Amino acid sequence: MSEGLHAIRPPEQRVEREMVRLRVNGAEHTVAVRPYDVLLDVLRERLLLTGTRRGCDMGTCGCCTVHLDGRPVLSCLTLALEAEGRDITTIEGIAAGEEAGALHPVQEAFVQAGGSQCGFCTPGFIMTAVSLLERNPDPTEEEVREAISGNMCRCTGYIAIVEAIRMAGRELRARRAGPSAAAQGRP
Amino acid sequence: MSGVVGKPAPLVDARAKVTGRGVYTDDVKLPGMLVGKILRSPLAYARILSIDTARAEALPGVRAVVTGRESEVRFGVLPVSRDETAMAVDRVRYIGDCVAGVAADDEEIALEAVRRIEVAYEPLEPVLTLDEALKPAAVPIHDRTLAGTNVQKAVDQSFGDVEAAFAASAFVERRQFRFAAVTHAFTEPHCVIAHWDHDGRLTVWSATQVPHYLHRALSEVTGMPMHLIRIIRPMVGGAFGGKSDPFPHEMIAALLSRRTRRPVKILFDREEVFLTHHGRHPTRTDMAMGVSSEGRLTGLDLKSLIDGGAWGSFGVVTTYYNGVLCMGPYRIDHFRYSGKRCYTNKPPSGAMRGHGAVNSRFAMEVLVDVLAEKAGLDPIEFRLRNLLPPMTTTINEFRITSNGTREALETVRQASEWDAQHGKLPYGEGIGVACGFYISGSALPIHWTKTPQSTVHVKIDSDGGVTVHSLAAEIGQGSDTMLAQCVAEPLGIPLGRVRVFSSDSDTAPIDLGSYSSRVTFMAGNAARRAAEEARKELVAAAAALTGYQPEGFVLRDEQVVYAPDPRIAVSFMDALQEAIKGRGALVARGCYAAAPPMGGKFKGAAAGLSPSYTFQAYVARVSVDPETGFVAVRKIWAAHDCGRALNPTAVIGQIQGCVHMGLGQALAEDFRYHRGNVLDANLLDYRTLTPKQMPPVDVFLIETHDPEGPFGAKEAGEGPILPVAPAVANALHDAVGVRMQELPMTPDRILSEILRGAPGPKARPPAPAGGAGSGRPLVPAGP
Repeated sequence: MSEGLHAIRPPEQRVEREMVRLRVNGAEHTVAVRPYDVLLDVLRERLLLTGTRRGCDMGTCGCCTVHLDGRPVLSCLTLALEAEGRDITTIEGIAAGEEAGALHPVQEAFVQAGGSQCGFCTPGFIMTAVSLLERNPDPTEEEVREAISGNMCRCTGYIAIVEAIRMAGRELRARRAGPSAAAQGRP
Repeated sequence: MSGVVGKPAPLVDARAKVTGRGVYTDDVKLPGMLVGKILRSPLAYARILSIDTARAEALPGVRAVVTGRESEVRFGVLPVSRDETAMAVDRVRYIGDCVAGVAADDEEIALEAVRRIEVAYEPLEPVLTLDEALKPAAVPIHDRTLAGTNVQKAVDQSFGDVEAAFAASAFVERRQFRFAAVTHAFTEPHCVIAHWDHDGRLTVWSATQVPHYLHRALSEVTGMPMHLIRIIRPMVGGAFGGKSDPFPHEMIAALLSRRTRRPVKILFDREEVFLTHHGRHPTRTDMAMGVSSEGRLTGLDLKSLIDGGAWGSFGVVTTYYNGVLCMGPYRIDHFRYSGKRCYTNKPPSGAMRGHGAVNSRFAMEVLVDVLAEKAGLDPIEFRLRNLLPPMTTTINEFRITSNGTREALETVRQASEWDAQHGKLPYGEGIGVACGFYISGSALPIHWTKTPQSTVHVKIDSDGGVTVHSLAAEIGQGSDTMLAQCVAEPLGIPLGRVRVFSSDSDTAPIDLGSYSSRVTFMAGNAARRAAEEARKELVAAAAALTGYQPEGFVLRDEQVVYAPDPRIAVSFMDALQEAIKGRGALVARGCYAAAPPMGGKFKGAAAGLSPSYTFQAYVARVSVDPETGFVAVRKIWAAHDCGRALNPTAVIGQIQGCVHMGLGQALAEDFRYHRGNVLDANLLDYRTLTPKQMPPVDVFLIETHDPEGPFGAKEAGEGPILPVAPAVANALHDAVGVRMQELPMTPDRILSEILRGAPGPKARPPAPAGGAGSGRPLVPAGP
């Protein structure tokens, strides 16, 4: 009902577009954007990277979380222009370091632990969790809960999500400890 | 048997979800697609004098504008209350009611066009409270109401003799309870795409739990025969009952596309999601229960006054459910119910997880606790004495089959160390118990046709892949995985051989949809039967290949094995090639046609009648700060009789999600209005529990192997919400002596109850500093 961020200017008023270079999941894109275009719209509507979900357009649900230089941001509150020259990673690029077709350990843990029910919030949680585990490879349960507090899930009660993130943390730590330890670390 | 039933399985669509590749409705982009936007009413109640769309239509890029005159056909999910139209025809009935629709080349043009539509209104006096709604009205909100009031539906039922039962009781306790509205707050906003193409066919993609009801309603509203309409349900990002009605925006998209012959997408913003609502009804409940000197429940007298908002929705069912879903798990021989649902000029109430049962259950479980106290019995002991047995009939003629309440109660009693804690914890610390009772689908369908409630098709071709076709809506609960399991099990194959197609009405046989906790029981049975039909052909093929009698064959580990001599075996693939030789793919179907005959003959006897019921018993452990009323829920022990957990991962996930939603309603969630305005129409102000507020939950699956459920299974999606709020309320009583009678139980309400002079700290030793347990503190809900 609200007119939203998109209706700030009446359409007959011509808005200057600016060419912006965006590096998304390692690939370079040039996109003509208006000053007020947010990253979420550019990802979903221009680059057709629809894995980043639109839940509220106002920074309350976390479904649109992506990484800017490895840090989680809400793409609905990030101007596309702010992202110029920075590394943008979306859910589509999160498993880039894995063997072809394999999931990132956080993704795999969400599958195994039942951390995803309807799945709509899942990409946002995974982006938040990957960033957390990069900064803090062995988070306590409280630290996990703190880290995901900006992401909303209505299906799981967060329990299986917390489990999945801690499960992924164990896997990632085992990997870092070396291949033999990795084999032992797997359940 | 393949052994896939009963084993934890990742959801079959989990990889699509964690990679972001899964396609929800808003991810569908079509050539030539237009953006649709809706003009909504700024007034709670008004006559529409005129609508001028000329300035909107003159805007370049606007392709169509429609108003209520485009289709005045009434629709609604229940045939008895078709009271909605695609857009308001003569009156608007709540703030947010749909007035006009616009389709334009892009979102900015569509929004500008909406702004340019001029509507002249004549305001009417809005009806905003239940008390107002009971009075005769100058202009009732809908044509069909009782005696000129805004009462939509009244239910009066009586079994036995409540007055006599109360007169003979040792104690009768009578209290009033009040329940705020709560809403589903799913993460995916409503979204629809309609494409009325040049061949005269209509295809609609929608985030819906009920593709079949949408199919019917679209046919009625557009006048197009159903066979020319195709419904596609992409992935659905949560629903919980909030996507279980056919909606005006779905009709508006179809009407805009009929004008333009181009695909039209309408995606809601979050405020529109809140205005569309259809959440749990605000309710005022008067309940009385009696107990005999032997500690037996004698009777139940219940009055519910239910605020329906602007539309009927599922409200007639809600009105019955508020009463009849109190008929378990306790034996009650005398029951009287009077329920009224009223129209008000507010966003419509509808079905929400635990539909119709949650509020009455809260009242009942609190009263049961009060009566246990009066009878001088432990609350669990008191409940155990009053249970219905399995395989029985209730006073209102519900047929009870499997019933695991006793085991559930004993389980949580032991796991929570109840006997060492209840009544023995320091002041401020408490433990409470509550039970629940819910349906596994409705025995009688909404439309009284002979179409089976669920039909499933299975196709197996020479590639060896098994495809399952169903219209049961996967909404995150795991129904696709459940269907795959129910097909894989009789065929003795792993899940990896099975693919489920449940999105497309053109290829799937009818299923009534994902509501009333019906899918596992009904679609699961249909899937199992379809697979058993296919199995017969594979067995016949194996018998032909080996020369042994078909009766001896079983399917397991991708083999058709002659059980009396397991050395005689044919591989699944060899049996398949033999079965399809000269005939083509194996095609089999199964259905859940109808529940066995059951129930009484009185008016309303079908309401709440289910082929099977689920039962729950939960214990909640809380800490209360008596100086502020702040509550920390330390832990929940949750035992749920699911019959059999086909997929324990999914069942446990449903229970954990129910605890989250139930605690939200118990402590924080409040869908507030001010003069018909929704006050907290966003996910920040509408307070669902955050990860830091969610306590640990110990889940116990009670498996009673229901005689009619697929592989013994019953529902798990809704019943598990029922005991949450009353268990917390009863724990609050144990902690600080208060009896909370209003939800949500916010700190200010708890504190005022404490200050009203409930038995104080003197009765108990003081709490040690820091409190007990390791649970997380709850942030209070704001006033």
